[in-house]
Amino acid sequence: MKDPAVHKDQANGHTEVKETTCYMCACRCGIRVHLRDGQVRYIEGNPNHPLNEGVICAKGSSGIMKQVSPARLTKPLRRKPGAKRGESEFEEISWDEAMEMLAERLGRLRAEDPKKFALFTGRDQMQALTGMFAKQFGTPNYAAHGGFCSVNMATGMIYTIGGSFWEFGGPDLERAKLFVMIGTAEDHHSNPLKIQISKFKRRGGRFVSINPIRTGYSAIADEWVPIKPGTDGALFLALIHEILKLGLFDREFLVQYTNAPELVIDDPGRDDHGMFYRDPDAEIVEGCTDPQNKLWWDRNKNGPVLTHTEGGDPRLMGSYVLPDGTPVKPSFQLLKERVEPYTPEWAENITGIPADTIRRLAHEMGVTARDHKIELPIRWTDCWDKEHDTVTGNPVAFHSMRGLAAHSNGFQTIRSLSILMTVLGTIDRPGGFRHRAPFPKPIPPCPKPPNHPDAVQPEAPLEGLPLGWPAKPEDLFVDDDGKPVRIDKAFSWEYPLAAHGLMHNVITNAWRGDPYPIDTLFLFMANMAWNSSMNTTAARHMLTDTDEHGEYKIPFLVVCDTFASETVAFADLVLPDTTYLERHDVLSMLDRPISEFDGPVDAVRLPVLPPKGECRPFQDVLIELGGRLKLPAFTKQDGSPKYRNYPDFIVNYETSPGSGIGFLAGWRGQFGEKYLKGEPNPRQWEQYAANGCVFHHELPRSYQYMRNWNKGYLHWARAHALTRWAEPIVLHIYSEVLQRFRAAAQGKWPGRQPPEHLRERIETFFDPLPFHYEPLEGQMVDKTRFPLTALTQRPMAMYHSWDSQNAWLRQIHSHNYLFVNPKLAIAQGIEDGDWIWVESHLGRVKCMCRYSEAVEPGTVWTWNAIGKAAGAWALDPKADESKKGFLLNHLIGEELPNGGAGSHFSNSDPITGQAAWFDLRVRIYKAEGPKEAQVTEPQFAPMKTLPGQTARPRTRWQAYVAGVFGRK
Amino acid sequence: MHPAFSVIFLTTLIGAGQGLFLALFTGQLYASVQLIEPQGADFYTVGSVLSLALLIAGLGASFFHLGRPERAWRAASMWRTSWLSREVIVLPMMMGVVFFYGLFHYLGLTQPWFVAGDGALPIDATMVLGLLGVIVAFALFVCTGMIYASVKFLEEWHSPYTIGNFTFLGMASGFMLAAAYSAYLGNHLVGFYGTWAVIFTVLGLGTRIASLIRNATLKHKSTLQTAIGVRHRKIVQKSQGFTASSFNTREFFHHQSPDFLNLVRLVFLVMVFPVPLMLIGVSYVLESPTLPIAAFVIQYLGLVAERWYFFAEANHPQNLYYQSIA
Amino acid sequence: MTQLALVIDLNVCVGCHACVTSCKQWNTSGWAGPMVDENPYGADPTGTFFNRVQTFEVGSYPNTETVHFPKSCLHCEEPPCVPVCPTGASYKREDNGVVLVDYDKCIGCKYCSWACPYGVRELDEQQQVMKKCTLCIDRITDQSLPEKERQPACVLACPTNARLFGDVHDPDSEVSVAIRERGGYALMPEWGTKPANHYLPRQKTRMHISEDELQRADNPLSKEDITVYTGEETLDDVTW
Repeated sequence: MKDPAVHKDQANGHTEVKETTCYMCACRCGIRVHLRDGQVRYIEGNPNHPLNEGVICAKGSSGIMKQVSPARLTKPLRRKPGAKRGESEFEEISWDEAMEMLAERLGRLRAEDPKKFALFTGRDQMQALTGMFAKQFGTPNYAAHGGFCSVNMATGMIYTIGGSFWEFGGPDLERAKLFVMIGTAEDHHSNPLKIQISKFKRRGGRFVSINPIRTGYSAIADEWVPIKPGTDGALFLALIHEILKLGLFDREFLVQYTNAPELVIDDPGRDDHGMFYRDPDAEIVEGCTDPQNKLWWDRNKNGPVLTHTEGGDPRLMGSYVLPDGTPVKPSFQLLKERVEPYTPEWAENITGIPADTIRRLAHEMGVTARDHKIELPIRWTDCWDKEHDTVTGNPVAFHSMRGLAAHSNGFQTIRSLSILMTVLGTIDRPGGFRHRAPFPKPIPPCPKPPNHPDAVQPEAPLEGLPLGWPAKPEDLFVDDDGKPVRIDKAFSWEYPLAAHGLMHNVITNAWRGDPYPIDTLFLFMANMAWNSSMNTTAARHMLTDTDEHGEYKIPFLVVCDTFASETVAFADLVLPDTTYLERHDVLSMLDRPISEFDGPVDAVRLPVLPPKGECRPFQDVLIELGGRLKLPAFTKQDGSPKYRNYPDFIVNYETSPGSGIGFLAGWRGQFGEKYLKGEPNPRQWEQYAANGCVFHHELPRSYQYMRNWNKGYLHWARAHALTRWAEPIVLHIYSEVLQRFRAAAQGKWPGRQPPEHLRERIETFFDPLPFHYEPLEGQMVDKTRFPLTALTQRPMAMYHSWDSQNAWLRQIHSHNYLFVNPKLAIAQGIEDGDWIWVESHLGRVKCMCRYSEAVEPGTVWTWNAIGKAAGAWALDPKADESKKGFLLNHLIGEELPNGGAGSHFSNSDPITGQAAWFDLRVRIYKAEGPKEAQVTEPQFAPMKTLPGQTARPRTRWQAYVAGVFGRK
Repeated sequence: MHPAFSVIFLTTLIGAGQGLFLALFTGQLYASVQLIEPQGADFYTVGSVLSLALLIAGLGASFFHLGRPERAWRAASMWRTSWLSREVIVLPMMMGVVFFYGLFHYLGLTQPWFVAGDGALPIDATMVLGLLGVIVAFALFVCTGMIYASVKFLEEWHSPYTIGNFTFLGMASGFMLAAAYSAYLGNHLVGFYGTWAVIFTVLGLGTRIASLIRNATLKHKSTLQTAIGVRHRKIVQKSQGFTASSFNTREFFHHQSPDFLNLVRLVFLVMVFPVPLMLIGVSYVLESPTLPIAAFVIQYLGLVAERWYFFAEANHPQNLYYQSIA
Repeated sequence: MTQLALVIDLNVCVGCHACVTSCKQWNTSGWAGPMVDENPYGADPTGTFFNRVQTFEVGSYPNTETVHFPKSCLHCEEPPCVPVCPTGASYKREDNGVVLVDYDKCIGCKYCSWACPYGVRELDEQQQVMKKCTLCIDRITDQSLPEKERQPACVLACPTNARLFGDVHDPDSEVSVAIRERGGYALMPEWGTKPANHYLPRQKTRMHISEDELQRADNPLSKEDITVYTGEETLDDVTW
């Protein structure tokens, strides 16, 4: 061999380096793609990228295998005439035929009833475009996967502090001293979080993980506190109890920046009981979500004053009577009363965490927040024109995602966490929680869903946005009888705050025709016939089920995907998408940008390779379709298409003519001299390309903190179109928004009221103060029969399942086991490695058991979405994924067990519609049987290779070497 | 370790080949001082061919062990440090010596050059080659044994017993073959070779039992604690880092149950030691021409099992890192 | 003499496998490639990897530690795999101490893998030659790369910076300082192989709160110590 120290790698072919943005998961790191003779030689992290600072994860490093995957779809396909759905019998058609077929059908639906078209996308981050397409089409039936991802996290926090974890904010580990991570949260902002946790630990920070399972980041926690799943709310309430009891809260912060001192009417006899007392004489900003016309009880005056009155010193506790005789209490007093019974001992029984540990954790949080204050010499001015010489912070940071969100009590649990973070005084302050642009937003944010069926009209765009943030019953999208207008029943009385929709119920609802049947379901990158659905076996049945005339109950199914996923087999029309290395993309401020704490950041993807076969970027397809359907935003006056393609659209589209707001925030203006707001710049793509595909605007230091109440920041944000109002965003310890719905259920709301059968549900769950309740499935199933909770999480090498099928990554996880605490397993006579059954109220799944001492004994868990249906993803039907790997989704109901009386409640949070896949209750037992039966169940008929798909390699070898050099 | 049949046959076949050569030369030596009945050139020629055939077969088997057999010639280069390299040099030497030993007998180049030791020992070309062959044969036993005994990580092998076993068991099978060969020819050397075979078999039994006892009580130096450097009594691997197989799970594991291992041990302990000894003993009494042949065949098959067990028994410390899939 | 090596910090490794696949993608198209996969889309998919991340559980519930443990060739200072190689294919570079295999000389006898207690050599089942971690020799010696990029792919990729790279013979290098100050240790020291790679142990940060820290004069509750007389009986009513 040649001496490697002398022989240079670049000499082996023609080498180029191109910069773009990764999309092997939703983290979106900057990457540099090294090409040799036009093939991918190496993908490295872009060291100049603000997000990943040069690092890259296991998935990002396996992007090459995505390009060469035999699962790639390369041709538009139509289900063969006569072939049944699910049989995977397709014929190639041209793009022209495909587009014509689509345009004809959708055009007809748009003329009849736009609701009959439903567009649901597994990936978000293209929501700005997909949502706009749905709106332009006129259908309300649109959402991305947020409903089964983490909408509880978004709403629970946004309805409390005006921002949330992940894209919208996160823990400031650079300055935190104590970091508490609750539940599985590894996959959101994975690389930045890994970078930060490592630095945090090396600086000597203390890391506590509260989780039923110790894997991932929890592995390197200084302390692991195992907790029973779905009981986190009880823990937070007990922590708040202890912090309040000892006076470890940040009084000054609560007084100035939250609604803690604001007076709530306390007279159960009155209709406005539980509402803030509002001073009718106070000046308010018209239209503002949360006007500043509330009162404090001033200590010196011993009487009411308008909030934030100069020199005012409000009481946080007590009970008062206003001059007009209205009994009131500060909302903090209500919180105090609420958490009174929630002692650590009470929580011990629920969470399984010893009361002493809970107390100690409360002390650690409280004392760290109080005694390790950070003071930064940054001058800033608050919304009440008070000058501050410094920015201070309490260095206790939290992080959490699905672990809390994917429970039916997730919203209230996350509100409890947000309130805990608030009483510790850690919101948008150094060392605590920090917002990311475009957050913070008003509580709740301004966009509202349409509120009446009339918003849907033939041949017309939808009036309003398909998704939004209801603030009162009048914002619900229901008809005059209170019935849902959307197919997924989002924003109905069943799931009023369903800000991300309920994609997980679309197939079931459409199949059942409840609230109505639809015609065409368009799925983009959503594996609804497998790991993106709950109750997968049933979902596969519903997709193939026919009515009495032999017609499919869901008449037309369009699937756009890059790979031969399980869902493709069920499509009537298959549109081959490109990979992330073959397309333009934007990570837009209108959607979910990659902003940093210090300011807005957005990014683009640029194609570094030509599309394979006849693959077309999904966005191009949508834009062309918009033109063919003559949707206003995609059509010129003369009826011709307005945009050539997606890049053209991105550069020239403005939210309204002359608004200066487009998909990309960087290099706007004719010469690229403006940012966030400015006229279209024809050279915008080039300027992104010249800057590592990323635009980062670093705010002045005085705008980087306290943004909910930072006058300078809020006015800057308004000037740059990030927000509509520059009003302070006061934190909602007490949620009047929730109280409005509760009042409606109690018949005390002057406007809309829920249907009778939902009154009790709304009254129970729309509690303006945080509370804990057992997850709904646990309340409904026989817990002696199903004593265990079953959880799933993604392994780090396969975050976000859409790309897990990969020749390299699958060698790390080709099949999965159910992890069981040996104590539990031995009691059932199950040995390590045994085949076992896991059974829920829906059915059972056969899998292998693996002992683990790192799981709470009442919990079993597995790596999710490792198991595949036989033959899917171009895997051999005998592949480990379908023989030994299993999918727990078969056991998770998309609806609550024994829904009864035709109610068919989604297995979701009753407030937000967040899918409650972590509520799953199961039992396990040993699978007896002959050795040859040691195959996972259920099994499905193998999926066939599709036309245009590379045949499975005949040789058993794959020796990838980029470039001509490799072929010698 | 994974017992590879290439290496099992390599070591057993060349062991028997070396042993047979040593038996032939021992016979020649005894005959030259007239302690036993002298044999004609054919006896030595055919015997050498037999020995050479075994050596060649062993060498052939070894090629199956190599990933790139066409480069096998390169293996001679590192004789300063590698016992494998040394074996690669000594084995052809052995084959050469046996070849010429047989050839000289065939050509009748047995005229004494001089007579040593008071007229008792006539020295001819075959005698010189034979003496050289003895040295080379023992060197080869040492090289072969040291390939295994020198790997300190394989503690079951890292002992003088390994050399002893390879040497004694090779000689036992070689002398047993010589006895069988004599029985086949019907000459009077069955008892002579048989007795030596019994002696080597008994010596082999001694070293083999000693190594079994040693290995049964062997305390491995490496533990999971030293493997990952964590001080705790309870460490369990959950994931080896991949879910299918790898070179590390194929090369270093026998993938058999402990019961199967025990069975193989019993089989070789019976087939290598008591059965051949008994058959030889009975053959003395019955003067049977077939029993010595049976004794050799059974002992050789026993040695195949013995060698299989030798590999399977060895537990490589790398296995500490490859114990669980998750 | 220079001895390049990795120092792996188990205190921050979260077991993400970034080092595993970044290694594979660099090396499969590099000097040490290809890194062959067998049955890449079938049952029992297996292939050559120079680096693996393993997981161990230490202790019993609830005092369990989950340890993620990356492992690749340790580039021993006394590499037992080198002298046993009959062809000289396995060698240790004199200029930087990296242990390499010359595939052109390797006969695939696997003897070097027997002589490695760490299980870090893997036979390429297609080419039938032994392969192993090269510390990305074709990166670290490539003077045409910017100096910051002259590091193994796994080191550049590692999101938690759990992999430090440098000369363990230079007492002032980052790796030597880490080994010295953080209790860096070698694997299986009992064999005297003197691995150049080292591991840094887990460390715990704990917090101590004394009783008097909980109750302080500035307790905000003191600002809320108000009571309301609601008419119930008090001592004023029953004593004089």
